[in-house]
Amino acid sequence: MDEAQLKERVAAFLSENHPGGDRLEFLRARFDAGLAWVWFPEGLGGLGVSRELQQVVERELAGTPQLNTGVQGIGLGMAAPTILAFGTEEQRRRFLRPLWTGEEIWCQLFSEPGAGSDLATLGTRAVRDGEEWIVDGQKVWTSGAHHARWAILVARTDPDVPKHRGLTYFVCDMHTPGVEVRPLRQITGEAEFNEVFLTGVRLPDDLRLGEVGDGWRVAQTTLMNERVAIGGAPVRQGGGMVGAVLEAWRAHPELRTHELHQRLLSLWVEAEVTRLSGARLREQLAAGQPGPEGSGMKLSFARLNQALSGLDVEFRRDLGYDDWTFRRSDEVDFYGRGPGYRYLRAKGNSIEGGTSEILRNIIAERVLGLPSEPRVDKDVPWKDLPR
Amino acid sequence: MTLLYSEVEEELRAAVRALLADRCPPAAVLKRVESDPYDLDLWKTLAGEIGVAGLLVPEEFGGAGASASEAAVVLEELGRGVAPVPFFTSSVLATYALARAASAAGTAGACAGELLGRLAEGRATAALAVSFAASPYRPLRGASVSVDGERLSGTVAAVAGADVADVLLVPVEGDLFAVEAGVEAGVEVGAVSVEAVPSFDLTRPVAAVTFSRTPATRLGACDLAGVLRFGAGLLASEQLGVAEWCLDGTLGYIRERHQFARPIGSFQAVKHRLADLWLDVVRARAAARAAAADTSSASHAVSVAVAQAWNSAVAVHAAEEALQLHGGIGMTWEHPIHLYLKRAKAAEIALGTPGDHKEALASLADVPGPEGGQQ
Repeated sequence: MDEAQLKERVAAFLSENHPGGDRLEFLRARFDAGLAWVWFPEGLGGLGVSRELQQVVERELAGTPQLNTGVQGIGLGMAAPTILAFGTEEQRRRFLRPLWTGEEIWCQLFSEPGAGSDLATLGTRAVRDGEEWIVDGQKVWTSGAHHARWAILVARTDPDVPKHRGLTYFVCDMHTPGVEVRPLRQITGEAEFNEVFLTGVRLPDDLRLGEVGDGWRVAQTTLMNERVAIGGAPVRQGGGMVGAVLEAWRAHPELRTHELHQRLLSLWVEAEVTRLSGARLREQLAAGQPGPEGSGMKLSFARLNQALSGLDVEFRRDLGYDDWTFRRSDEVDFYGRGPGYRYLRAKGNSIEGGTSEILRNIIAERVLGLPSEPRVDKDVPWKDLPR
Repeated sequence: MTLLYSEVEEELRAAVRALLADRCPPAAVLKRVESDPYDLDLWKTLAGEIGVAGLLVPEEFGGAGASASEAAVVLEELGRGVAPVPFFTSSVLATYALARAASAAGTAGACAGELLGRLAEGRATAALAVSFAASPYRPLRGASVSVDGERLSGTVAAVAGADVADVLLVPVEGDLFAVEAGVEAGVEVGAVSVEAVPSFDLTRPVAAVTFSRTPATRLGACDLAGVLRFGAGLLASEQLGVAEWCLDGTLGYIRERHQFARPIGSFQAVKHRLADLWLDVVRARAAARAAAADTSSASHAVSVAVAQAWNSAVAVHAAEEALQLHGGIGMTWEHPIHLYLKRAKAAEIALGTPGDHKEALASLADVPGPEGGQQ
């Protein structure tokens, strides 16, 4: 299918579905027409065509009801590609449509208090009981768990083998008895994240994604997509965090200093070359030649957001803060609210989705082929690891 | 606009890389830098057989009429090899200035057209008589040439590629003049003197050029700032190549070099530096591609300033990291790292420093300064 044929298809879809009608009905119809994510297979919201063509659809459907990416981010960016890659036909049909339309929100049950950078050491247990699994453990830093209908979950199913081999990947029903979500207050004052306690949670075996013991490999798909989702979103020149700073900079000539000007120009250049690499990366993906550049985008993004938001606070010379009230946030928004909030929220950018230190290891070892540090935990059964 | 490489570009790259691997590995470059830095035999093959000299010459003048992106790929490879050939100075800077003059002059540009044909075939080599330390923002830095009738007088400091040029192209007061570079010692009336000076960059030495009522031929109009901007945009690709060699060479070394019974590349203190450097180089590639891609668009000045501000610094940083991570061997004359460090540091100054380009962005990208410096 080429661009012209796709445009015809979009036009035909629009002639039958009025964008001014019911939002949800429109999105459902768009999914059923294969115009949700065109590179997905037919019947699953796609047309099985090149990913490059998605931008054609987005252009043609600009101005029609859109997804709420702030709330749906984890579902769209992480759960969906994993379900597509590892789910059974039944799982794909059950989950992908309401995930895309936003009828069902997803969250991610990966990190634990004792397993952050070393995710593979996680201790949440899943024990088989006939056709079910019984899950016990504690997860942390779970964005949007309070909105979520489903979660992607990694749990330990075999403690007697080395840590990477004893993991299994599940879809967790967040409405199951034994799932308790508690807000976790952050340095910004609000609670965007949660702690999730899992106590005797019973999951049917048909919610398992991939083979028993293959959870680490499945999780890699999620994590790879997470990094692209966090750092790889398209921005326009002078947009993103640099846009927030520039707005204030242009409006307040009386606050400008030479020293800040030099720093801002350097950061403007860095933001621009980072934006260009993101554009180049997306071009490579669209042309079917995914490059290793993806693992670098989040690293640049974190550094830039932190430096720019720090400069913004310093520039404004404002000793106030907009609001410390402990409240639930509805969505993740790095650029919203005041400069103080943006500065504090950006501190999380080098921690969430893989710390910058872990990302440097990944780049050095998987992209650049450098040898790893000597490992003491590689061939030791998980249960015997010191903790 | 695409930021990827086309198939044609990849083929061109492969041809240049294979030739350089065969004819001028870094050790061979090192061997000749003190006696006879330019490798003119290699240049003859590159220019004539592979045809790189004619890339930027329009087809009507016997060239390939290729895009800046293709020339950029050649520059990446020449940067990787710190190859001592006058491609950038003759086939990019001088050729671009000449092609612009020829097209502006129309039928009156027969002389420029004829010269373009000679350059395209590699029968002649030219240099733009402009200081390599000039920039699109201060194009006449280091130059004081005046014209009186058809005769030029004055000096230009630090001209790159002048000592191997058959023809000097001299921009004076908005026009481009050609001077045949006869080899004559001393400064006599009517002659041009090209005096090579000990240069920081061993593989691209500079020379002082002096005209004393030297006869010259007017070729056509010259927008010197535009020519230097075009060159600066492409220099970013050469800097990318320099940075890539430093990154690759260092990776190879730290995988093999053992201390404390481990490859030093297994230490996080070392590998994290390489990860950061890689990320800088990834972004340098995107910046170089953007600067080469849209040479005719309104945003070209921004792309060039961005690519120069970033890639100049990345090339220097890559060479400095390479030296440090090679340890003692990196400090020796026998290891080629210093050729790259010297090229990178000189190229940082060439056609505008990173600071010059950032300063330009203040107005180009609407990031105004303090305007009088309020407190």
